[in-house]
Amino acid sequence: MTWLSIIIAGILTYFTRMTMIALVDRDMLGEKIKAVLAYVPSAVFPAIIFPAIFINDYGTYIEINDPKIFGAIVAIIVGYFSKNVIATIFSGLISYWFIIFLLV
Amino acid sequence: MLSKKKLFTKGMLDVAPHMLSVIPFGIICGAIGVELGFDPYLVYGMSIIIFGGASQIVFLQLLSGGASSLVAVTSVGVINSRHLLYGAVLSEYLEKLSFIKKLLISYLIVDQGFAESNKFFKKNKSEQYLHYHLIGTGATLWICWQIATLSGIVLGSFVPDELGLKFAIPLTFIAIIVQDLKKIDHVIVMLVGGTSSLIFFNAPFKLYIIISPIIALLIAGLISRFKR
Repeated sequence: MTWLSIIIAGILTYFTRMTMIALVDRDMLGEKIKAVLAYVPSAVFPAIIFPAIFINDYGTYIEINDPKIFGAIVAIIVGYFSKNVIATIFSGLISYWFIIFLLV
Repeated sequence: MLSKKKLFTKGMLDVAPHMLSVIPFGIICGAIGVELGFDPYLVYGMSIIIFGGASQIVFLQLLSGGASSLVAVTSVGVINSRHLLYGAVLSEYLEKLSFIKKLLISYLIVDQGFAESNKFFKKNKSEQYLHYHLIGTGATLWICWQIATLSGIVLGSFVPDELGLKFAIPLTFIAIIVQDLKKIDHVIVMLVGGTSSLIFFNAPFKLYIIISPIIALLIAGLISRFKR
């Protein structure tokens, strides 16, 4: 039963990946739509980032002094200037660890 | 003109830094599945059949919490519906491919691979074998995801909980969009998408993951009208 659910979920997921690529002709999308699609990364990724930072495992908002906020700010600053993915992730993690292990 | 092999390698290298967050997350996903009491084969089967990080965890958590299969499957569909947006963006660069190739390449589309390949495509529109970059990012993510979830299943959560490595996930996505903070229109779209996700976080079936980008894209539509 669980296997069946996984297979259905897998087919569903595959369709979300395949539909626009295989079944939609780009010419069907007008210039206006194309202009809006340029914003897809800026529209989608914050919807992953914000809850992962501001909402904890129990579904409630974190405190304003939570180390994750500090880590995220450091990562944004380092990422902005370094343009380097590894530096962005590491700076965020290290500043987060710095607070949870050394200060708390 | 870059060769297929060069484009494939470039794709692998472009997405490689994100493995810093993908691998720990995969280990955690595999370990959680087993901890929740599911058959290890089943937990691993999801990595091949669904191949979608967060949705795999949510699926198992819902089932173990007593939710019906229908709810679990629907939630996976909703969480992964964001791929529709990625596909719409990528279709421009993949339109010359045969139908079969489009069907095959679709399986490999994941957040970080989409993000890095899309960045590369924007700068190299004229390349003939662009899709090899996407295969490079996708294959790298696929292989690392399989190895990571499998090690989590077999070895358990050997990544110490105290490290809070789940925090690497938002960091990886920050790294992807941080350069767009230079553009005020993108900043507005990000703030709208992010704030909406907090407002709609408790909507059923994890709907916030698709509602918030749609709201943000509506705002983007308004902005692009003003810009003209």
